[in-house]
Amino acid sequence: MAHESSYVPGNFVEKWIDDRLPIIRWSKEHLMDYPTPKNLNYWWTFGAILAFMLAVQIITGIVLAMHYTPQIGLAFDSVEHIRRDVNGGRIIQSVHATGASMFFAAMYIHMFRGLYFGSYKAPREVIWILGVLLFVLVVTTAFMGYVLPWGQMSFWAATVITNIVGAIPVIGTPILELLRGGFAVDNATLNRFFSLHYLLPFVIAAVVALHIWALHVPGNNNPIGVEVKSSRETVPFHPYYTMKDLFAVVVFCIPFAWFAFFAPDILGHPDNYIMANSQVTPAHIVPEWYFLPFYAILRAIDFNILFIDSKLGGVIFFAGAILVLFVVPWLDTSKVRSGTFRPIFKWFFWLFIANFVFLTWLGSAPAEGIYVLLSKVATAYYFIYFLIVLPLLGRFETPRPLPTSISEAVLAKHESPVTAQPVTASH
Amino acid sequence: MATQSNPALQDAPQAGRRDFLYIATAAVGAVGVAGAVWPLINQLNPDASVLALASIEFDLSGIATGQSVTIKWRGLPVFVRNRTPEEVAAALAVPMSDLKDPQTDQERTKAGHEQWLIMIANCTHLGCIPVGESGEFGGWACPCHGSQFDTAGRIRKGPAPTNLVVPPYEFISDTLVQIG
Amino acid sequence: MIKTKSIIGALLVSMLFAAVPAVAQEAAHATPEIQKEQWSFSGPLGTFDRDQLQRGFQVFREVCSSCHSARLLAFRNLGEPGGPEFTEGQVKALAAEYQITDADGVKRPGIPADHWPAPFANDQEARDANGGALPPDMSVLAKARGTTQPFPWWILNYFTAYSEGGPDYIHALLNGYGTPPAGTEIPEGKYYNAVFPGHAIGMAPPLSDGAVTYEQTEGASVPLTVDQYSRDVASFLMWVAEPHLASRKEAGFQVIIFLVVFAGLMYLVKRRLWASVAH
Repeated sequence: MAHESSYVPGNFVEKWIDDRLPIIRWSKEHLMDYPTPKNLNYWWTFGAILAFMLAVQIITGIVLAMHYTPQIGLAFDSVEHIRRDVNGGRIIQSVHATGASMFFAAMYIHMFRGLYFGSYKAPREVIWILGVLLFVLVVTTAFMGYVLPWGQMSFWAATVITNIVGAIPVIGTPILELLRGGFAVDNATLNRFFSLHYLLPFVIAAVVALHIWALHVPGNNNPIGVEVKSSRETVPFHPYYTMKDLFAVVVFCIPFAWFAFFAPDILGHPDNYIMANSQVTPAHIVPEWYFLPFYAILRAIDFNILFIDSKLGGVIFFAGAILVLFVVPWLDTSKVRSGTFRPIFKWFFWLFIANFVFLTWLGSAPAEGIYVLLSKVATAYYFIYFLIVLPLLGRFETPRPLPTSISEAVLAKHESPVTAQPVTASH
Repeated sequence: MATQSNPALQDAPQAGRRDFLYIATAAVGAVGVAGAVWPLINQLNPDASVLALASIEFDLSGIATGQSVTIKWRGLPVFVRNRTPEEVAAALAVPMSDLKDPQTDQERTKAGHEQWLIMIANCTHLGCIPVGESGEFGGWACPCHGSQFDTAGRIRKGPAPTNLVVPPYEFISDTLVQIG
Repeated sequence: MIKTKSIIGALLVSMLFAAVPAVAQEAAHATPEIQKEQWSFSGPLGTFDRDQLQRGFQVFREVCSSCHSARLLAFRNLGEPGGPEFTEGQVKALAAEYQITDADGVKRPGIPADHWPAPFANDQEARDANGGALPPDMSVLAKARGTTQPFPWWILNYFTAYSEGGPDYIHALLNGYGTPPAGTEIPEGKYYNAVFPGHAIGMAPPLSDGAVTYEQTEGASVPLTVDQYSRDVASFLMWVAEPHLASRKEAGFQVIIFLVVFAGLMYLVKRRLWASVAH
């Protein structure tokens, strides 16, 4: 949001720096004074939580890389060496491993928040697109990270997921060999995954910077989805939202610490404590929980569609499930941003959330019996929501009346009949 | 309902309590940051598998008089030499005034085990390993830059500033020595 | 109150996400239901019982280690705090009883820094000596096995921090031998085990009552039964797999108390800051 910078260099040194690199001015403008709608709820704290988690993962990851060995004969034992011998290694390692799960939990909530409150709608499409790009990058990074401990699940996840590329007609196999650096997942694969797993978080950090830049142009969306009309409807980011976000981060750290310290392996799979063996597949392989919905979609396509075989079909739906997110801003035709004022949308939205959790569960279930049919139904709804519900609902739904401004909405909230007390000026 | 630019700074009466709350929270936060940073620094320290080898035991019984072996301790080469009586006598005969880094032979060995000379095999100049039983003083001579050491491993000539370093060690028995 | 609703909603969503991975484990191991045992090291406040670890070590040493390796276990670990806590002298003497082959191929008596020597030179030799079955390495075995609970009980696991699936499985396996039920064919050289996936296990029943003689301390008498041995050795294996469990949980306890206090303070700060802003 364009506004006058209120920064006045305090002393000679600050002035000297300001004339050459106005970094303090810039920080004050964008990190402190940035005008933020005053009615954001706690769902809006997940952006800060994600930034925190990215920092945690990068810092612990750099530490782990100091002790890890990306070589198939040594990788498994080097991770155990970290857990056993390195000072505080067990805790640093478990923070990184459970941190991945917490990262995804926060990211899904952040995305669902955007979907519910229509944060992707004009003029915020670029923020959303960068966000989906971040999701893809984080998924890729997490997948490669999971391969590094070189347990059975690491190895077979690498095998199964790289095989997805092999489904592409004609060029699939050459690309597959290019990705793996061999005919099967092997030492070359592990080495390049380590290299990329170290690189990508910095790419993510750079895209996060763009994401926030794109956010600071139109400013935040807010729970009622009505644009800020005056500066009286905003508060400076610091201290109001820095402190609120920090509070949320600390609360988020409680379940995080619970898992990291008391049950570091509960989010993983026992089979990953067996060293990778290319000759034996575990009885039942499942991806990490955060990939399960997409894994369920991948498996749901077990039939040929015209000339497309089931393997390629699965891959198309799998990729489509993510790619469709990129075009959500243009699929949703509703003029109203916030789901709060869309009575019918709410039903479809919460059904979508339930369906997503259901897909997660289906992804972990064996691909047999009733699960196969249920997976197809759930996959269908996933796409119906984006491709049919969002485009049509905007045309047929009658939204509830919108407040004219954030101030009006806030006033209405405080005058709610339950409290029935006058809102004093000092409040 | 007016929202000022920074209402937190206004209404003074509560300032005392508020300051206390802010300071207490900042202090607790600082403790948390310190607690989180320390493990990240401490992980750089030698780990348990390295520390387990920080102290080693070595059996001297296989080394005859006039023989020398080089063993590895904390990743460094260490000379263990069973000196001949002549070598010991030569080392004792050197006047302190001849030494660049004055140290008696007794200071470099353990009482009752004077024939055993145990020292880190890296030249104190720039770290090369000197060659034994060579040089003008019958001790060690460094091939890199020409430092010469006597039969007690003391610097006598050349660029090395100090004597070869004697690591901490003690005799557990007459034939068993613990280094480190 | 939108805020309260938001918080409750956030909790519910995070619980849902947290709940899901258990299904993965449930489906993964189609073994018969295994009972959860009482372990001294379960829960946020759990620590190992030193005497039990020492007994478990005895079972491991006298029984298991004749076929199973534990390549990540170093003799020095046995003297570390939070474990069996043998004295420095005991560890040294124990290590010296074993011949260790150096990197140069030279045999020498072990020192505390050495790792537990493998009973076989390589996997092939191990298979040949065990009727084709490879005895798995025991370093992290207690974390490489698990149990499953039917829906919805696994949801509770996240709230109790249940991480003892491995010891539960090992205990159940060691007590799971018996005569096969009618109609179950067990191939030559295999043994029936109710808990083992597929029920035909290559390991002969390793324990029998009285097989290991515990040194009885005054006052407390420890029964010499398969059940007791299996509890002791399962605890020991959990320690081998997770030697820093006690210090990790202790640190976690401090961290969580800190976070709760800090969150409370942050909440007050946030509330005071926002008190003069209608939002």
